[in-house]
Amino acid sequence: MDLISTLVINGLATGMLIFLLAAGLTLIFGLMSVLNFAHGGLFIWGAYTGVWSYQLSGSFIIGIIVAIVTGLLLGLITEKLIIRPVYGNHIQQILITLGFMLVLQEFIKVVFGPNQIAVSPPAFLQGSFYVGDVIFIKYRLFIIILGLLVYFVSMFILKRTRIGLIVRAGVMNKEMVQSLGINIRLVFMLVFMVGAALAALSGMLHAPYSGVIYAEMGLEFSILAFIVVVIGGMGSFSGSLFAAILVGIAQAFMAYYVPALSLAVNMLLMTVVLIFRPQGLFKAKG
Amino acid sequence: MMSSLLRLNQVEAFIQKFHILHDISFEVPKGEVTVLLGRNGAGKTTTLRTIMGLNKVSKGSINFQGEEIGNLLTHRIANKGIGFVPEEQGIFGELTVGENMRVAMKKEDEQTTKRMEWVLDLFPDLKKFWKKPGGALSGGQKQMLAIARAYVNENELLLIDEPSKGLAPIIVDKVTESIQQMKEQTTILLVEQNFLMASKIGKKFYIIDDGRTVHSGQMDELKEDKVLMKKYLGIS
Repeated sequence: MDLISTLVINGLATGMLIFLLAAGLTLIFGLMSVLNFAHGGLFIWGAYTGVWSYQLSGSFIIGIIVAIVTGLLLGLITEKLIIRPVYGNHIQQILITLGFMLVLQEFIKVVFGPNQIAVSPPAFLQGSFYVGDVIFIKYRLFIIILGLLVYFVSMFILKRTRIGLIVRAGVMNKEMVQSLGINIRLVFMLVFMVGAALAALSGMLHAPYSGVIYAEMGLEFSILAFIVVVIGGMGSFSGSLFAAILVGIAQAFMAYYVPALSLAVNMLLMTVVLIFRPQGLFKAKG
Repeated sequence: MMSSLLRLNQVEAFIQKFHILHDISFEVPKGEVTVLLGRNGAGKTTTLRTIMGLNKVSKGSINFQGEEIGNLLTHRIANKGIGFVPEEQGIFGELTVGENMRVAMKKEDEQTTKRMEWVLDLFPDLKKFWKKPGGALSGGQKQMLAIARAYVNENELLLIDEPSKGLAPIIVDKVTESIQQMKEQTTILLVEQNFLMASKIGKKFYIIDDGRTVHSGQMDELKEDKVLMKKYLGIS
């Protein structure tokens, strides 16, 4: 029982990191119909700038803030320079964002060097404690709590505020939103920036979790985020949370019992969903 | 003579590579209901969408309250004081009736609240189903919501595209009655296939055929002109 609980907690923590990355991706796709393959690049830039400032200042909180600001700025630049010229053309979006992903990845090596950087959690989040027979690793618990906090705050904004309602309305009918006098381009840009900031936050949180950061991890991790978006339903925020937890837990169990299949299980999950419910688990048909 | 609120002059527009509007010219006098008539595919809906900036004007001009709006973005046109009720109603299906209204409200001041109360009195069903998702409403209720959403802001002009489409006769009567009440306060440009409804509400008409305005006059005169009605509207 304690083993299962530990694996579930590990899975939840991984799931939350994937969720933070996938949340931005699903919003950007849902509202803007943009396939952003450069999302992983925002993840690594968040990780590197966050870790750099964390190690420089000694403050993990400053690291998180710097990562979020990096995400917002990179999101702004990416939307204005890379995405805006290719709205409405998925082929061009895939090509240009994949290219930009590689540019972001290689630029990391230019700025921060090609070697891996070791990262440890801050002192107040190191170690673990027991509740009964179940072991709780503090940093993983922190990620789970922060992930849930981001989810609930985002849901509050999406459900209860006018800007949130506009975003949801924009996902359903962009033309009508514009016809009501709302600048949908500005909304697009803000959503893109928030999505990018979530990706950067995910990168920063992932750094002490994995203990090491390297330029290629963005592409690896963004594959998981795409799987989650497909399983949850493109454009569904709650779908992303559910699918991220599913993927995280499935991966944790497989990594323990059948390590060779830990990545394959996610592909299998996605394939099953695509066969039986191609629109994703949380998205209404059509 | 009343002043024109909206004036289209030799407007042309394309949808992708297809030339849909060839020569659209008409005026909408302030304080009246002007009706655009014509057969299916004549270009009436495209005309409204072009006024709203949802299709680009390739030639000609669209003048609203003395200002050229033909090249403005849709949200800027809407913020000049034009409300739009599209043919397909444009209801946000996953948002509740209340949320649909909230998205539409540009301000939450006393004036807007009063307009909201007025429109909810006009359409009590909206009040009744306030927390129901827009997608779960009946066709008539969706039409009421679409009209209410356009009316809640203090717009100078409402563009309403085929409000009777697909509705039961009793609901059409209700929608007709509501537009009649609204016309006391707002100028309306109405596209309508239902001639009976159009003739009850409209004062001036323009007939559009093959992307051109081919005829105009007073609604009362059109009712008597059987030849014109048969030629352009297929009504005998």
